[in-house]
Amino acid sequence: MNSASSIPRYQLVLFLILLLVSAALGGLLWHLRTRAHERMLAGKDSTPTQAPQVAPLERATLMVARDADDTIGARALSLPLPQEPGARARAVLGKLLDLYAEPDSTHSVPGGAASVAQVFLLPVAGSTVTETKAGGGFGSAASGADAGPELAVVNLTGTFAASHPSGLETETLTVLSMCATLNANLPRIAEVRFLVNGEPRSTLAGHADLTRTYLTGDTVMTELERQ
Amino acid sequence: MQLPLGYETRSRSVFTRIAICVFCLLLSAASLSALIGPAAAQGPTAPAARFTVVLDAGHGGDDVGANLTTQTGSPEAEKDFTLALSIKLRSLLKARGMAVVTTRESDIALDADRRAETADQAAAQACLSLHAATTGAGVHLFLSSLPPAQASKFAPWKTAQAAWVPKSLALAGVLNSALRHAGIPVTVGRTALTTIDSMACPAVAIEVAPEANPDNSIGANAPGVVDDPAYDVKIADALAAALVEWRSDGSVFKNSGQRGGENHELR
Repeated sequence: MNSASSIPRYQLVLFLILLLVSAALGGLLWHLRTRAHERMLAGKDSTPTQAPQVAPLERATLMVARDADDTIGARALSLPLPQEPGARARAVLGKLLDLYAEPDSTHSVPGGAASVAQVFLLPVAGSTVTETKAGGGFGSAASGADAGPELAVVNLTGTFAASHPSGLETETLTVLSMCATLNANLPRIAEVRFLVNGEPRSTLAGHADLTRTYLTGDTVMTELERQ
Repeated sequence: MQLPLGYETRSRSVFTRIAICVFCLLLSAASLSALIGPAAAQGPTAPAARFTVVLDAGHGGDDVGANLTTQTGSPEAEKDFTLALSIKLRSLLKARGMAVVTTRESDIALDADRRAETADQAAAQACLSLHAATTGAGVHLFLSSLPPAQASKFAPWKTAQAAWVPKSLALAGVLNSALRHAGIPVTVGRTALTTIDSMACPAVAIEVAPEANPDNSIGANAPGVVDDPAYDVKIADALAAALVEWRSDGSVFKNSGQRGGENHELR
């Protein structure tokens, strides 16, 4: 007599019933899961509320530093620039620092565009502010239009300051090229102050003073001799 | 004549008091003249007795400055390089009969105010702040970026250099000529450096960069070395020669109208 014949009939029937019940419960579970997923998708409104915006390409002038001869030269590029002045300032500074982070840069500084956390534009204290109703200037595009000189507060990341090469020339060129780039693209910016992680810092990397207010209208780099 | 009893005693007492007063007055006058004598000698119109140079070795202590690349490949801190250059330059200048004041003689931490205080108290005819870097080539000379201002009896501490910018520019020109004469590439610019901004003397920050690659001239952007002894000696000799020439200029002893010691307002 074989082993199958040794299993009682009632046990075999019970096993088959349990197997069928298990399969039925598995199917039910899968069905419930699918319904729950459909309910979740139905409750989430994924309708786009705002069309994605692509800023149009515009000409921007970047004042790029060169370590080799201690100069700052203009370089024109086409960039997608936002209309809001603060974002625009951050975009041009980001592009400038992207150039500095490239391997063959003439002024090698790591960090790139992410090094500029924010740029705030404020009216210069004591300046005359005129309200204008129209105009194509940067200020009018933003807040309705302050026509007076502005102070740009550039908030840099701590990582950028920590990784910036130390040296009088390299730090000075970084600071002055950022000031000159802001002035070239947003002429209303007359003064620039720098913060690092939202706080004042004595120097960028041990040399260039970051506690002072830089005037973009100054002849900031006077090269007397070059060889 | 018969004098009243006690007259001689009173008279002697009065004479003694007068003598003591005269003695005290003489003593006070001598002390006062000893106190104000040296200050008067350093006044705005009196010429300094000796040509004085202040050497400020940048950084020190915890502030190591830039990490320089040496010939052996091992890193060298900027603070050590500037101290060595300061000591070397001091020897050269003393050998040429100049008085030299250094802001530090060892690896100690000094803030910018202490450095400027040392320079201002020395009432020097030249103040050199020494630095080094791995970027660029040759020597970078930097002046204060403060706009030139009229000299006044009292100057704000943070912008004391403003009255000295024309003289600093002249000093930079002399340094530039001497370094170029020695075959060293030079660039001259302006910077915001707290140390020289508070100095009431002709002040120039000198940053020693790696020697220019002869094949690529100054265009080389790769980090080089600054610790080549021959290169350092050439720079020190050129700086010493420049200061000798600067000393021969008759106008260096004429202050711009304010004394270093009076530059202590509004800190």
